[in-house]
Amino acid sequence: MQTLDQTVVDAPTARPALPRRSPIATDALSRWRAPLSILALLALPFLLPSQALAVNVLIYGLYAVGYNLLYGYTGLLSFGHAAFFGTGAYVTGIAIGTYGLHPLAAMALAVVVASGLALALGALSIRSRGIYFAMVTLALAQLVYYVALQASTWTGGENGLRGFTVTTIDLGIVSLDILNPLTKYLFVLAFVGAALALISRILASPFGAVIEAIRENETRARACGFDVERTKLLAFVLSGLFCGLAGALSAIHLSIVPLDSLAYHTSGTAVVMTLVGGAGTFFGPFVGALTVLVLEDVLSLWTPHWQLALGSVFILFVLFMPRGLWGTALARLTAFRGRA
Amino acid sequence: MDPGFFDLELIAMQLFSGVALGAVFVMLALGLSIIFGMLGIVNFAHGNVFMVGAYAGVFVMERTGSFWAALLFGPLMVGALGLLIERFLIRPLAGRSPDDPLLLTFGLGYVLVEGVRILFGSDGLPFATPEELSGVADLGIGFFPIYRLFVVGVVALVLVALWYGLERTRLGLIVRAGARDPEILRVLGVDIQRLWLWVFGLGIALAALGGVLAAPMRSVNPEMGNVVLGEAFAVTVIGGMGSLMGSVVAGLLVGVVVSMTALFAPEMASIAMFAFMALVLLVRPQGLFGKPGLGV
Repeated sequence: MQTLDQTVVDAPTARPALPRRSPIATDALSRWRAPLSILALLALPFLLPSQALAVNVLIYGLYAVGYNLLYGYTGLLSFGHAAFFGTGAYVTGIAIGTYGLHPLAAMALAVVVASGLALALGALSIRSRGIYFAMVTLALAQLVYYVALQASTWTGGENGLRGFTVTTIDLGIVSLDILNPLTKYLFVLAFVGAALALISRILASPFGAVIEAIRENETRARACGFDVERTKLLAFVLSGLFCGLAGALSAIHLSIVPLDSLAYHTSGTAVVMTLVGGAGTFFGPFVGALTVLVLEDVLSLWTPHWQLALGSVFILFVLFMPRGLWGTALARLTAFRGRA
Repeated sequence: MDPGFFDLELIAMQLFSGVALGAVFVMLALGLSIIFGMLGIVNFAHGNVFMVGAYAGVFVMERTGSFWAALLFGPLMVGALGLLIERFLIRPLAGRSPDDPLLLTFGLGYVLVEGVRILFGSDGLPFATPEELSGVADLGIGFFPIYRLFVVGVVALVLVALWYGLERTRLGLIVRAGARDPEILRVLGVDIQRLWLWVFGLGIALAALGGVLAAPMRSVNPEMGNVVLGEAFAVTVIGGMGSLMGSVVAGLLVGVVVSMTALFAPEMASIAMFAFMALVLLVRPQGLFGKPGLGV
């Protein structure tokens, strides 16, 4: 019951779950993970059928990466991250629409508010452990949802937030035309890339080692003298911060914030994408976001009931491929190079 | 009329409404707690099972025209589905992280919602209060819908049956022992796997019964499950995970809190439940009846 991370528990052999720990695979792929990820994402709009889909992959990928910081790396299974995604989106929309803030200022404000909310919800939920944590985070996110539903003068209630449209972003020297799909993609990628570089740095820091230690064995991490509660809380806040940024970007992208962005469904999306891609891997959440969004894009042409396939695929992943696509690929690669 | 007296009467009626509302929460939280107490897993499809229960009730009622048949066969059908879920989806995860069954049941939730949409359509269905239970009864302080009294009665009956089964029968003794130490029970020659199967089925059937009971009181639609899941979790967190006593007390308490808030500030009713939970978490993170560290 001590190790909560399934990538370790499920490992059929004693092989390390993360290729990062293998001396051979620690080289190129891991050291250059942030630049390599950004390069892969640069190619994305030319590989996908539509630019809007590519922007969605970026935004939901960042959302899942932020979520993965908590679930994949710290081992805390949250079901309430819609609270941060939605708050990031709402604050951005309200700041632009009601107060006429510059989009960048609005986004900065959104990230601050989302982190503050993460601090409050984290402080409430971090004390409950194990699977209890999943229930508490879910219920707290419901609280945020109902508050947004009732505060309709601010949020637009059930209709969602409308009436703010970002067409150009004035950067002083140049003015970005956001209506141009490629410009928009690159604008979003600038934030996502910066976030990826930052997350890569965080994971490589001593703090990154401590959160993984907590995931592997919380009791031992505590015995080693680490302040487990504060570390978890910090991981929670950082996770909320990046999810809030993803929400802010989605507000800019869609020019509308649906109430659904705070709903249970959106929290679940982060879980699905992270697990399908590979929890506890750096690029896995992007693979998951890409897989889920492309699946949705293709299947929704055929049937309105595409979520039946999504749920079934997810169940199959839990049963047979709990490391996810990217996690399994990395493990194969490590095993292959280990043999060579 | 003396306005003070009138208020008191109104509050008493609203209190009773709260108990009726809470009775449904009790069914939900009981199912969750029984499954968690025995199998150590959180059923994230619980809200959707509740929803499927309501639809199973509609299905049986359309075929037979009898509410009583719906009340009996709806939960039995869904309980049987629960047996299949345990046998073919949950059991293969034995020995893995406790997160895995949770994630699996979460995925199952999608399948249940879409399955119901395919079978019954995406729009909500009406579920009329059965004729013999419609109308109001004079409680002395005011008139109260008979159906809500009936719901409270059924839940009380289920509670007594559960209490008797767990505390007074040999099987109940085995179940309680299994919740405490499955290893020893296995050593003593009890087929714990079979026990888990039936306990899971029972928990599912209880949620489905809650769904059938609640159907005439709230709208039946495929999305109702996600709302219900949050409510069930809030109640369980307040009561303390794995505590049956906690489920009952917290269920009723939450029902009363919600209906009292609805009386004074209707728009705050849905917020009140979760705010109450946040408050309990601040003061007693393990819940009102939970023992510290139970969720580990």
